[in-house]
Amino acid sequence: MHHLDIAGLEARYGDHTVLSGIDMTVGRADVIGLIGPSGSGKSTILRVLTGLLPPVAGTVKLDGEPVNYADAAQVRRLRDRIAIVFQQYNLFQNMSVLENVCVAPVKIKKRPRKEVEEEARLLLEKVGLGDKLKRYPDELSGGQQQRVAIVRALALRPEILLLDEVTAALDPELVSEVLDTVRLLAQEGMTMLIVSHEMAFIREVASRVVFMAGGRVVEAGAPAQIFDAPAEARTRDFVSKILRH
Amino acid sequence: MLDQIIHEWPRFATWYNFIFIAKAAGMTLLLSALGCTLGTGIGLLLAVTRVTKARWLKPLRLLAFVFTEIFRRVPFLVTLMLCFFAFQATGYDVPLFVVAAVSVTVIAGAYLAEIIRGGFKSVHRNQWEAAATMNFSLIDTIRLVVLPQAWRIVLPPAFGYFVMFIKDTALASQIGVIELTYVGKVLNNKGFSAALSFGVILIVYFIISYPLSRLGAYLEARLASSRHRRA
Repeated sequence: MHHLDIAGLEARYGDHTVLSGIDMTVGRADVIGLIGPSGSGKSTILRVLTGLLPPVAGTVKLDGEPVNYADAAQVRRLRDRIAIVFQQYNLFQNMSVLENVCVAPVKIKKRPRKEVEEEARLLLEKVGLGDKLKRYPDELSGGQQQRVAIVRALALRPEILLLDEVTAALDPELVSEVLDTVRLLAQEGMTMLIVSHEMAFIREVASRVVFMAGGRVVEAGAPAQIFDAPAEARTRDFVSKILRH
Repeated sequence: MLDQIIHEWPRFATWYNFIFIAKAAGMTLLLSALGCTLGTGIGLLLAVTRVTKARWLKPLRLLAFVFTEIFRRVPFLVTLMLCFFAFQATGYDVPLFVVAAVSVTVIAGAYLAEIIRGGFKSVHRNQWEAAATMNFSLIDTIRLVVLPQAWRIVLPPAFGYFVMFIKDTALASQIGVIELTYVGKVLNNKGFSAALSFGVILIVYFIISYPLSRLGAYLEARLASSRHRRA
């Protein structure tokens, strides 16, 4: 059984169709790299999966169980299992690093604070932020904030992690520290969907690459296939432009 | 004018007048305090109602919208009269104080609802979204994420409104509530000069409202720095 099974998924922003029939399967511990030009719908898939944008058609199955996005209780259960990290980090500005990581497990999932804090400390140390626990988001660099955001998502103990262009807002020298963190997660067997423009990184870390354009999946396959021997002309075009650049 | 006030003073400065003014000041203070506290509570409730999304809450959202829009637009005096006659129509002998208290609460609630809603809107959408994806309920989102960030935006206009509001309670004198302005008029009618009667009232208003402004300034300063408080 697939971990995540997406079929015929459609989504709109108002009258504007952003996803027109997405089919995709994600196995356990798969790392899916979603690539494609701006406006192709990559990020929208992640928004739909977490229930931020309700789909207008299609099905999403989690471990074979279809998810009804119109049912708030089902969306809540889904969000217990899928976590998302945003391009703009979206850290809570009124909370310290530690509080950002602990607030949901403690206040929402009602786990004991002591245990959660212990775990948060370990995770933050692992991504090199052990000395920033009491800092506030606006006191950190973009790369540091993004790592906090990843740790915050991990503290929810998700089965699937969605990463939405997590390096897009970062200065080039900060990109590697975030990618190192993601690489670590991939090695640990976390199921991930990664939207990124870091082609070299996607090639290295992804088990499968999905190329999207105009709200559709154009081509999907192993990284070597997509990057070196794309079957579709649009993929070839995109990849050659990106790699030349 | 000063001569006249000095001349009047011994006759004015009686224990009776002092108690009269003190009681009136108490009434003004009470009406203001009720308006500010209950008004904030109601305003918060209205603001929260208006940011809900659930379809079944739509009638409630509409109600909150109509309530705020009406009472923000109707002059205070008209609301007061409306309440006065509405209570009269029930046939019960409702104390004037209750009529005034209900009016000030309704009006303050409507105004503060918009100030608080503005504060909610000032918090970036990505904060709401992050909270939603982490399964925060609306109440948790507001309590833990939005309000702590909105206070800084809400406080200055809210305290500005409180100060204005203290003055507006003067209108309760129109339905016969014995508050400061009413007492000013009574003293004036008793033959004391307007300068003395209303001068004293003016000072009392100032004494009530100035500390409130200071409190507002204090809270603003405290909240502005709290984000960078290092433990």
